[in-house]
Amino acid sequence: MNIAKIRRDFPILSRKVNGHPLVYLDNAATSQKPRQVIEAITNYYRSHNANVHRGIHTLSVEATEAYETARAKIAKFLGVGDVSEIIFVRNATEAINLVAYAWGRLNINKEDEIVLTVAEHHSNFVVWQQLAAENGAVLKIIPVDENGELDLVAFKKALTKKTKLVTFFHVSNVLGTINQVDSLSTIVRRQSPRAKILIDGAQAVPHMPVDIGSIGCDFYVFTGHKMLGPTGVGVLWARRELLEKMPPFLFGGEMISKVTLDESSWNDLPWKFEAGTPDVAGVVGLGAAVDYLQALGMDNIRKHEIELTKYAIERLSKIPDVIIYGPRSNVIARNPDSIGTTKQSKNSENRSLRFARDDKRGGFDDDKRAGVVSFNVSNIHAHDVASILDSEGVAIRSGHHCAQPLMEFLGIASAARASFYIYNTKEEIDRLVEGILKVKKTFKI
Amino acid sequence: MTDIYREEILEHWQNPLNFGEMPDADLVIDQINPLCGDEVRFYFKIKNNKVAGVSFVGNGCAISIASASILSEFIKGRPISFLAKLTGKDVLGLLGGPVAPARLKCAFLPLEAIKKLATSKN
Repeated sequence: MNIAKIRRDFPILSRKVNGHPLVYLDNAATSQKPRQVIEAITNYYRSHNANVHRGIHTLSVEATEAYETARAKIAKFLGVGDVSEIIFVRNATEAINLVAYAWGRLNINKEDEIVLTVAEHHSNFVVWQQLAAENGAVLKIIPVDENGELDLVAFKKALTKKTKLVTFFHVSNVLGTINQVDSLSTIVRRQSPRAKILIDGAQAVPHMPVDIGSIGCDFYVFTGHKMLGPTGVGVLWARRELLEKMPPFLFGGEMISKVTLDESSWNDLPWKFEAGTPDVAGVVGLGAAVDYLQALGMDNIRKHEIELTKYAIERLSKIPDVIIYGPRSNVIARNPDSIGTTKQSKNSENRSLRFARDDKRGGFDDDKRAGVVSFNVSNIHAHDVASILDSEGVAIRSGHHCAQPLMEFLGIASAARASFYIYNTKEEIDRLVEGILKVKKTFKI
Repeated sequence: MTDIYREEILEHWQNPLNFGEMPDADLVIDQINPLCGDEVRFYFKIKNNKVAGVSFVGNGCAISIASASILSEFIKGRPISFLAKLTGKDVLGLLGGPVAPARLKCAFLPLEAIKKLATSKN
């Protein structure tokens, strides 16, 4: 991959922040957009804009074709044979809510069990916690082990005849851990054949080859804005037989087949789940993003990110007082006792972050870690780290990363996170390192 | 933007004033920063509608800890009616430097807890 050439495609990368060239390392939150995507959206509005699936006129036909072509493109990109299984929603959160409302509430009952991991993003945690609170279903939360990897023993143990749904991240947005989703799915099928499997692929689809058809799951969700696409478009993939049985989630236009004064019948898939005028321009933009990613090749993207991540971990692990989290990092923070404890413990007098130092391993297995590196600098709060890095033009995420159960489990209040993408360079990681050294200097550590 | 990380602020972060639990407090108020989930807990002793004693514990960033440290010292002995009138501007004045927009919530977290005291007592 020619990174210099790629960078020229991203207008925002040439801007300065606080007087410094922008170093954008917050890609797990959202990616930047190449001009090919920006132009696809403006071109749509300039030349083809109309409502879809309605008009007889030329523009409507063109808009519909652009919208449905993008759907087909995305299906092919993900190894999905049946295009109608690709449902456009706003984001991964909405996709999960759709499953919870249109499938969960009809199939998960009192005392039924939902198995999920402690490292889920709030979008795949709160939704199920809420369902359980409403109907008395039981949440079974699987811990991660000291490498940030899913505790397989606990996972297998949690699967029973009562399990109705098993859900897990493909890639952790905090730890960068890559779940072996196909083998996890096989385990679920073997032990709880009646359970359905939902995978949160928001951090996977942008960064590595994903073949949904071969995973063996039932639901797979992701969002467009983390993969060079615009904000406002996400995707739910589900097996056709499930989608056919599920009632609509939202009602109104577009999703009907026939409406009389007394009743309505529903449109075919996928439109049954796409009530109202969809984000046509957004979908067209996502289609352009898929074109861009495919031209680079997902294998190449993954290789580039492995290289960057190895370099980042190698450099960060050499800075004294930097604690790195995630698979095979140098230091592991764990506080398993903290689960289920009250707020009181968080407010204890000792407000310094507690962690156990492990060995100094810097490396990691290629197949176990994505381009996400969470870390802390001594007992300095991640927001302070992020503020000082921002003053140097380096954008990282700080806080709880919408994964408070995981942070509590790790025994930390917050973490800083650098996450990489196709346009990042080793020189930018050097800038991150310089920024961290400035943090240490400022705080005299 | 790093002006806020001055010696004085970092000193408060390192050695916050009035830091610690207060077992015989008259009132305990928790405040959560929705931005990051950080929590601060304030303890108050009230006498004649005045702040006779104050302390806090919390797990926060340098800005929120410094703000809590400075504010807690500032409100000692003040009448509760005075607390109700405190504003974000006052807090920024006490901190003595610009706070980036993204960090205002951190700076104001202790103020929100203190204002809760005013409303709960009135």
